[in-house]
Amino acid sequence: MAESNESQWWASESFWRKCAIFVTAGMALVLVFLTFHTLYAIGAGSDAGRVPAYAVINYRIDYVPNDERGHLVPEIGPMVPLFGEVMNEAEAKALVNHGKLTVQARNCMNCHTLLGNGAYYAPDLTKAWLDPGWGNEQARELLMTMFLKDPVANARTFGTNRRMPNQNLTDDEIRGVIAYLKWMSAIDTNGFPANFTTLPQDGPIYEPESEASEEDAS
Amino acid sequence: MTVGALNYADLSIGKKLAIKYFTVAMVLFLAQMLFGLIAAWQFIAPDFLFGILDFNVNRMVHINAMVVWLLYGFIGSIFWLIEDESGVPLVGARIAEATFWILTVAVVIVVLVYLFVQSGPGETATLWLINEGREYIEAPRWADIGIVVCMVAIFYNVLATFLKGQWSGISGVLVLDLIALAGLYLAGMFYTTNLPVDQYWWWWVIHLWVEATWEVLVGCIMAWGLIKTLGARRKIVTTWLYIEVALMFGSGILGLGHHYFWIGTPEYWLGVGGFFSALEPIPLVAMVVHSVYDAGRHAFRSNNHPALAWLIAHAFGNFLGAGVWGFMQTLPQINLYTHGTQWSSSHGHLAFFGAYVTIVVAFIYLALQKLRGDVWMSGGLVDRGRKWKWSLVLTHVGMVGMTIALLIAGYEQSFVERALGGSTWQAYFEGQMRPWFVEAMWWRMIFGVLMTVGVVLLLWDFLTIGAKETKPMLEVRSLDEEPEPEETEVGEVGVATQGS
Repeated sequence: MAESNESQWWASESFWRKCAIFVTAGMALVLVFLTFHTLYAIGAGSDAGRVPAYAVINYRIDYVPNDERGHLVPEIGPMVPLFGEVMNEAEAKALVNHGKLTVQARNCMNCHTLLGNGAYYAPDLTKAWLDPGWGNEQARELLMTMFLKDPVANARTFGTNRRMPNQNLTDDEIRGVIAYLKWMSAIDTNGFPANFTTLPQDGPIYEPESEASEEDAS
Repeated sequence: MTVGALNYADLSIGKKLAIKYFTVAMVLFLAQMLFGLIAAWQFIAPDFLFGILDFNVNRMVHINAMVVWLLYGFIGSIFWLIEDESGVPLVGARIAEATFWILTVAVVIVVLVYLFVQSGPGETATLWLINEGREYIEAPRWADIGIVVCMVAIFYNVLATFLKGQWSGISGVLVLDLIALAGLYLAGMFYTTNLPVDQYWWWWVIHLWVEATWEVLVGCIMAWGLIKTLGARRKIVTTWLYIEVALMFGSGILGLGHHYFWIGTPEYWLGVGGFFSALEPIPLVAMVVHSVYDAGRHAFRSNNHPALAWLIAHAFGNFLGAGVWGFMQTLPQINLYTHGTQWSSSHGHLAFFGAYVTIVVAFIYLALQKLRGDVWMSGGLVDRGRKWKWSLVLTHVGMVGMTIALLIAGYEQSFVERALGGSTWQAYFEGQMRPWFVEAMWWRMIFGVLMTVGVVLLLWDFLTIGAKETKPMLEVRSLDEEPEPEETEVGEVGVATQGS
């Protein structure tokens, strides 16, 4: 206490300036390193298996307990193509892309959350494709289409009266949004949301009449 | 300069620009309150303006007005302090003036399009012209590019001015921080189909702004403010600033990981994000220690009581809102249930207010003092300081009330919707209908109105404070002008106390 700050290295300006520079540079380097790995790991269809290829919309998707990881994980099941049409990766990507563009263009994120991010006025969309509210696998696509076509008339507000305004979606936009939601439900989110119950999925499995482009869909 | 009169014409060019930025900021602050109230009311009465101004539009304007007005407040603060700090007049004044008008016209167009066009077809053109549809950075791409160009121009003003004049620790940190702040915005300016990749970069902008570069920027502003209001010793303030940068970037850069728990990113982010974000409150504690130390060291003898009060509010608000409220839900084990609920909303409200609104308000009080001809703003104001004191109380009571209400709603939502109901849509709506949630929305509305009254009073005070004062500003003796102390710390405090 008897000495002024200059004589104490740990209280000096120059020591802390160097600390600030080295700590910042060090942390930024670690972040850049992790970013390279993460971007590889979250590529659609990457070997890491966290984010599926877009053609996953050709398959039944479920969300099941995994004992090893201790939480729910997406499970890719047998072929149950969206709208009954088998798509190759490029077609599936184009459809999902149209859906994502639509979701951004209609500003869905300022009511809903996607992967838990967004606003809290309306339900989370992460597992919307698997929500038990759609009844069963066979009815789901039709109900989703009808709902998106006229969300005011088909409102299901469970007594809150919080309706979704009509977004005047075109048929193509609706197909895109549903494809986007189906693909989103197959992303490995480390068990978010927890305790989720999926709708029963026991509808018919797709029987290829000829050689559909299955190999593209891995 | 006449004490009490508006001395706008006598201000330097940088300070005139600052006043312009502050003016637009306050208009947007009012807009933020208005659209926040509408959105809050829609939680209670969902039919209100249904199909005309839907929740997503109001909420977007609410948060965008906030981001933009805070940025305006920061830019204004930088233009205000730059000439004093560098010792030379602002370089590139004409460019700076043009930038202000371009930026402001762009902001007005963006807001009008948000309100009257609202959304567009699912095509790339919509993202370029109307709305990007990504929370916080909804501004369409043309505006993104305009914002970057304006930021480069402002950066030129700042850099060129310091290059011509003198450098200091504060200006060095400020310039480096501005590079990072502007550069990070680029991470949010592209489209990809892959949602996890989209959200990965989106968080680079949002998190590395508000939990890293904005914090350091307000650290610089705070440092300068303490020197001005209290006469704090520059050497001590600068050393503290370096410590805060080390702690802030040391925890905040990898603290980014707490946004990567559930978006498809690898599992190591649970550990990295959980650990480093748990450390994020430490620099905020340091800031509280710093400002309380400085205020106490000078026995609260300041030349600007409202500014000092808001600076202290900043220190505590930043610690509580960003630090404690963030820490409460930052570990993945709890975040699994709170992510995407009103917990985040509770944290967001108190953090943005505590960390950023307070410091901009404090700085505006500093600017107004000069604008009114270095008028008296210490104790014993003409109206006994009623307006600034009541606006301080009302805004804080309103904000804390909203925060607690939203937190209760968040608890309930985490429990009923997430833990018990398993996050289905039905569970979501069940959670929204429980009395704790419904009542919380009413309390949030009531406290929101209270806060709005406080903001209106604050703006009224901005327009009138000092107008009827005749006394000049209290001279605060800067400790830098004293000889280096040879006595002990205790002795120094004794000297400061005598002076008050």
